[in-house]
Amino acid sequence: MLKKVSKLPFQGTECQAQAFADVIAQYKSDPSQLMTVMQKAQQIYGYLPFEVQAMIADGMDVPLEKVYGVSTFYAQFALSPAGKHSISVCLGTACYVKGAQAILDRITELLGIGPGECTEDGLFSLDACRCIGACGLAPVMMIGEKVYGNLVPEQVEGILAAYRDQ
Amino acid sequence: MALTTVQLDDLRTHALAQMTPGRSGLAMRIVVGYATCGIAAGAKAVIESLRKELAVLGIDDVAVEETGCIGMCQYEPLVEVFAPDQPKITYVQMNAEKTARMVHSHVANGKVVAEYTIGAATGEAAQGEVLPLDSTAFYKKQQRVALRNCGVIDPERIEQYIARDGYQALKKALTELQPADVIQILKDSGLRGRGGGGFPTGLKWSFTAANAADQKYVVCNADEGDPGAFMDRSVLEGDPHAVVEAMTICGYATGASEGYVYVRAEYPIAVKHLETAIEQATALGLLGDDIFGSGFGFRLHIRLGAGAFVCGEETALMTSIEGKRGEPRPRPPYPAVKGLFGKPTTENNVETFANIPQIILHGARNFAATGTEKSKGTKVFALGGKITNTGLVEIPMGTTLREIIEDIGGGIPGGKKFKAAQTGGPSGGCIPESMIDTPIDYDNLTAIGSMMGSGGLIVMDEDNCMVDIARFFLDFTVDESCGKCSPCRIGTKRMMEILDKITAGKAVMEDLDKLEELAYHIKENSLCGLGQSAPNPVLATLRAFRDEYVAHVRDKRCPAGVCKALLNYYVIADKCRGCTACARACPVGAIRGKVKEVHDIDTDKCIKCGACMATCRFGAIEKR
Repeated sequence: MLKKVSKLPFQGTECQAQAFADVIAQYKSDPSQLMTVMQKAQQIYGYLPFEVQAMIADGMDVPLEKVYGVSTFYAQFALSPAGKHSISVCLGTACYVKGAQAILDRITELLGIGPGECTEDGLFSLDACRCIGACGLAPVMMIGEKVYGNLVPEQVEGILAAYRDQ
Repeated sequence: MALTTVQLDDLRTHALAQMTPGRSGLAMRIVVGYATCGIAAGAKAVIESLRKELAVLGIDDVAVEETGCIGMCQYEPLVEVFAPDQPKITYVQMNAEKTARMVHSHVANGKVVAEYTIGAATGEAAQGEVLPLDSTAFYKKQQRVALRNCGVIDPERIEQYIARDGYQALKKALTELQPADVIQILKDSGLRGRGGGGFPTGLKWSFTAANAADQKYVVCNADEGDPGAFMDRSVLEGDPHAVVEAMTICGYATGASEGYVYVRAEYPIAVKHLETAIEQATALGLLGDDIFGSGFGFRLHIRLGAGAFVCGEETALMTSIEGKRGEPRPRPPYPAVKGLFGKPTTENNVETFANIPQIILHGARNFAATGTEKSKGTKVFALGGKITNTGLVEIPMGTTLREIIEDIGGGIPGGKKFKAAQTGGPSGGCIPESMIDTPIDYDNLTAIGSMMGSGGLIVMDEDNCMVDIARFFLDFTVDESCGKCSPCRIGTKRMMEILDKITAGKAVMEDLDKLEELAYHIKENSLCGLGQSAPNPVLATLRAFRDEYVAHVRDKRCPAGVCKALLNYYVIADKCRGCTACARACPVGAIRGKVKEVHDIDTDKCIKCGACMATCRFGAIEKR
């Protein structure tokens, strides 16, 4: 799976740098915790640009190549920033057989972006995910932490509009 | 403080009284299903309303608790009321208003609101009557072993687990049994791995036990990557202590002092409940050094996955715990010899572990009384897709697929016809209608070209295209192939290209033979289970639904009307006014018809540009 790499310049805050330093201090003695550090770094910065990967490599004392290898292997690690509202449409089996593709197509039609992309205004980013385990409510999508279940394509416009107005 | 065996029993007696209405000053106990599905359906508003209304009425002898998955996903949010000397009442599809009415009527005045209960929702109870949950068609044929505490206890309170005989199996193992006895009980029970492989658990443990080493490990595989399966999530969310207890027993039996649970990061609630369980067990000395004064010590750690399906393969999972790219290793050496960090390791999946305390406590014979000759006990399935009752079901091995779909699942909604059931996810196959009466066990499912898998069971009806479904699963494995070995990395991609040709209507009949040949090569030559099973969905559908493939290839037609490239444009006669707008818009002159007469599209000439559909003001053009 090829990952999209952001061309936006990386900007970190003082506060993020401090939180990151705490994470490194906690885990640097155990090299098997590399993924834990990367997960926490992604929580702090929202994504893992090369600058942050280099900081992780330095902090954990492993080659950057190893950090890059792990970050591109696992789907969870993002190399580009997410939109203000990240939309994740479940394309797990249960959702797929109940028409999740039509939900995804409708979002693409409305926002003009495909999976893995972010709208130009930075408001929405779209992803197709593999099962969030809420199969009983299929088809489902998540916007941020909120789960929307039993969807039909006609509902999508109204749901997105509510986020636009926020 | 480390608990003694006597203190454990005291705690059990006390905790049981605490959660039994009519004792310890408790008038009623109300539990709300608070697992992922419940929360997504709005359980938070329900619990808030419960607390608020009870406060308004000044009722303080009713306990309001959260519990794990009760199992009936599409009826969430679920609320269950336990009162002294009464069967429990199950309210379904609750919201804040319904909850308020229920509190004022049922809790305050003892009058059950029958129309909100499960029997009314499923239509099984006569008007005004209340049907207990266990008498519904959905529950009647189930037998809960692995899920016995899910939806019954508050998973974040260790005392409720202890009240339900929790940690009694650990006590029995550490104080009455030798490690070899524990393994013998498991062997006698006939328990087989619930992650899909079906390897005998007792035998697996005996391999690790036989290898002497300074350090050994126990690993729990909770990287439930099969899309459409959520059994492990439900067990971890609803009964995390069962896994903690079983892993500790495994450590004792195999001589390991450290354990790791590898959980998907996509399951935040499962992770949280597991963290809480480990903290609570450690605080009571049920984890740590010298448990029950036996001299045996065990520690448990959690590692989060990061979204790689291949990490469900045991060697890849261990590589991932070590903080590396989760690529599988060749076997042998097997994990029992050289596993996590190069040390002997026992790995089992969540559901397998969840069965173990019950086996130790009640004996091998009791467990083996359920099931078929070679598959003992029960199996949890996540029932989903085109089925009336979606949810989590636990059935005795040997139950037929028909019983699951028609009796428990309530059949296919909308009067549609059953086409196939998919088990085993991207590694499994489809079971067509002709095989629906096969009793489910490991060997039968393999024999009919599918597999048990971890327990995802997706039902498909006549509107699902089997070629499209095979393509869907292959798309998944192409995406998730780790790239280490070429049969899987390149072969699945080539299979995908052939399927793309088929669904686009560009394939020839020879492509079907090529597809099949390639599939067998990949199965035989791939390094790990992912590659070896990746072609299964294609092979299974080719076997059972070859006519659908042929329709796509030879007739350029998708019988289910799913594959977009194979759809044709038609005029709906009732809506056509004969305005000729479409005929004028058609760039290839494929539309015939006179003014004020119904038009007709020549599908042979049509290039499917869609100009007619865009032009028609009466919605008289359809694609099917």
